[in-house]
Amino acid sequence: MIKPVILWTDALVFLLVGIVVVFAFYARRHEHLRAPWREVVRGRIAVASLVVLAFYTLTGLLDSVHYRKALPMQDGQVEVQYGGEVFSLLDALLGDVGSQVEKTYSAPFAYTLYTRETVVDENGVQKRIFPRLKYGGAHLDDPATQRGADIAARSLAALWQALAFMLVLTLLLSLWLAGRWRLSPARALRRLLRGDSDVPWRTALFTIFLFALLAALIVNLASAWHVLGTDKVGKDVLYQTLKSVRTGLVIGTLTTLIMLPFAVTLGMMAGYFRGWVDDVIQYLYTTLNSIPGVLLIAASVLMMQVYMDTHPELFETMAERADLRLLFLCLILGITSWTGLCRLLRGETLKLRELDYVQAANAFGVARRVILVRHLLPNLMHLVLIAVVIDFSGLVLAEAVLSYVGVGVDPTTMSWGNMINRARLEMAREPMVWWSLLAAFSFMFTLVLAANLFSDAVRDAFDPRLRR
Amino acid sequence: MLAYIARRLLYAVPILIGVNLITFVLFFVVNSPDDVARMHLGMKHVTPEAIEKWKEEHGYDQPLLYNADEQGVAKLTDTIFFEKSVKLFAFDFGSSDAGRDIGDDISQRMWPSLAIAVPTLLLGLLVHISFAMLLAFFRGTYLDLSGVVLTVILMSISGLFYIIGGQYLFSKVLHLVPISGYEPGWQAWRFVLLPVLIGVFSGLGSSGRWYRTIFLEEIGRDYVRTARAKGVPELKLLFTHVLQNAMVPILTGVVAVLPLLFMGSLIMESFFGIPGLGSYTIEAIQTQDFAIVRAMVFLGSVLYIIGLLLTDLSYTLVDPRIRLS
Repeated sequence: MIKPVILWTDALVFLLVGIVVVFAFYARRHEHLRAPWREVVRGRIAVASLVVLAFYTLTGLLDSVHYRKALPMQDGQVEVQYGGEVFSLLDALLGDVGSQVEKTYSAPFAYTLYTRETVVDENGVQKRIFPRLKYGGAHLDDPATQRGADIAARSLAALWQALAFMLVLTLLLSLWLAGRWRLSPARALRRLLRGDSDVPWRTALFTIFLFALLAALIVNLASAWHVLGTDKVGKDVLYQTLKSVRTGLVIGTLTTLIMLPFAVTLGMMAGYFRGWVDDVIQYLYTTLNSIPGVLLIAASVLMMQVYMDTHPELFETMAERADLRLLFLCLILGITSWTGLCRLLRGETLKLRELDYVQAANAFGVARRVILVRHLLPNLMHLVLIAVVIDFSGLVLAEAVLSYVGVGVDPTTMSWGNMINRARLEMAREPMVWWSLLAAFSFMFTLVLAANLFSDAVRDAFDPRLRR
Repeated sequence: MLAYIARRLLYAVPILIGVNLITFVLFFVVNSPDDVARMHLGMKHVTPEAIEKWKEEHGYDQPLLYNADEQGVAKLTDTIFFEKSVKLFAFDFGSSDAGRDIGDDISQRMWPSLAIAVPTLLLGLLVHISFAMLLAFFRGTYLDLSGVVLTVILMSISGLFYIIGGQYLFSKVLHLVPISGYEPGWQAWRFVLLPVLIGVFSGLGSSGRWYRTIFLEEIGRDYVRTARAKGVPELKLLFTHVLQNAMVPILTGVVAVLPLLFMGSLIMESFFGIPGLGSYTIEAIQTQDFAIVRAMVFLGSVLYIIGLLLTDLSYTLVDPRIRLS
């Protein structure tokens, strides 16, 4: 028995997915929107980074479907009780990795703890040994000799799975392309593999293969080994890193979702109406802008923390509390980051409102509301889109810094910032513990790099100033 | 000119009032002083007397906006709003929740902040501009392309990684400089060196890329083509004509952040244990010392507004086409 749970951020994430789907359908039917997107997906780098982003998004979406498990029924109990812990589909996919907690640090693919412990053996003699892990490699009798073979066997199985998946995918794709190119499937496949297509399908397939292999490796290996080791309290690092993906994506996207309505409305109003409206809006964003961002965020988060501490009755589960804090963080980040886009839109509207077609609409007596929405807004959308994709990577990086300062997400939320914060003293340990930091930094780096490359492609395609 | 400056200064007043109001609402209205007192005293087993005592000790025992018990002007001045917020305008920061004088702390701790921030800025400008110049000189070649790829990669790495990695490499493995700490006076260079280098390096990606765009934009202009047609050698062209004109956006960008150098860098100072204003703020955030955070918010806004003013002035100084109006 499970009970679905919809957290606030889940609802917003699915709202965002809905918006993107609707926009995609809208853009399909409008040539002026299709053309730049077609240009974006022609670049190899852009396609590869799009695939990377898609895999991250998939992980994040799987992790956004939450539920609570029913507790075992007691005698005489009528109603089903649900546990306080909230799980997600990603947890279900990964199996029991999240609950396989060791005692403390263990290295990647280790079968013993990282530190020695004093153990009393059956003869009553005290010994200092590295004790076996409870879960990592526990299925082997003699891991010292069997470990390599076990990992190889599992990796090979993952390789076969990924290859089989790719085979099916490639065939399906060539069937589809055969229909589009009006070729026989065999010739379409050959053309696909030659890399002779507008959209670089071969690059896309190769990137998908890499990530499918990675996913298969994780699913095959994570149940038996701690692939990226465990942290100080013995939790699996890989599991934490994967769960952090959602936090990063939520901060990168929801912040913009929250701030966009403000930035667009106010920016357009300031630019179109001018006069006192412009003065008020300019005053508003200059004032907000003049408070250094980190300090404003810190002050707001501190105040929110006090509020949450003094009103504990508002939250049913820990997850809800942490989730609300995440949402508030997005809100606060949104408040501090809308000013730049607002100023940009104001300037652009000032320019557009003097153009002939707007003047003509004015002369025809078109309502100002209609001019704003139908004539000005579509011509500002490219700026909005560019701002959204550019902000994304900055926000993902900012999360880590804020969590380090102590004003980021809730300490119980898994995020790269929290992982780095907890692990920052581990480099100074003897012997050094490097895997937590490496995992967090490399997952974050991959996401941000893909986002940066993709946003470059989007900007090149959409910015009319750059168009030749 | 003087009239212009005076008008700009006047324009700053309502903004500062706005900032002041925002901080007041954030710190005193969202949570009442009672809540704050309860949090400082620990959530459980707090008696109302203890809360009153804490509030009295820290000067939070007055009404928020209007004191009906007092006479005359004191009705307005014996309030939290006047004591804690209005006095900020006179740079009277009061004392922190831990009982120290914030103004004294700030005047002491800004020097270590400057010792990090100023060299980072100067060295950063030198390095970033040279790097961008190099890419602009070899524009369109593989060197330029790999340079751009490098900047994107550098931009995608978290700033925390540079710090942690730098500390590990230079302090722990190579033992070149101490990991963290500070000493006043000239001995400080050993402690300042690594943060400065890391600060410069971590900015290389974004600044280098931005400067390169500026240079390329400038190279595309007509006067450059004319100069080239007249036979000015490429290097001379870059270093005299292009650099001079490109310095306008670069320097005005720098002028805007000059005043904020006082505030120091939160992350850098706390990682390297530098007793500057950045680590001061972080400590205040972590110990939830709201008086200090409030003072720093106000100070930061003042400095930001000064930066805006300086930017406007420097534009008019550097570019005679812009008139004061």
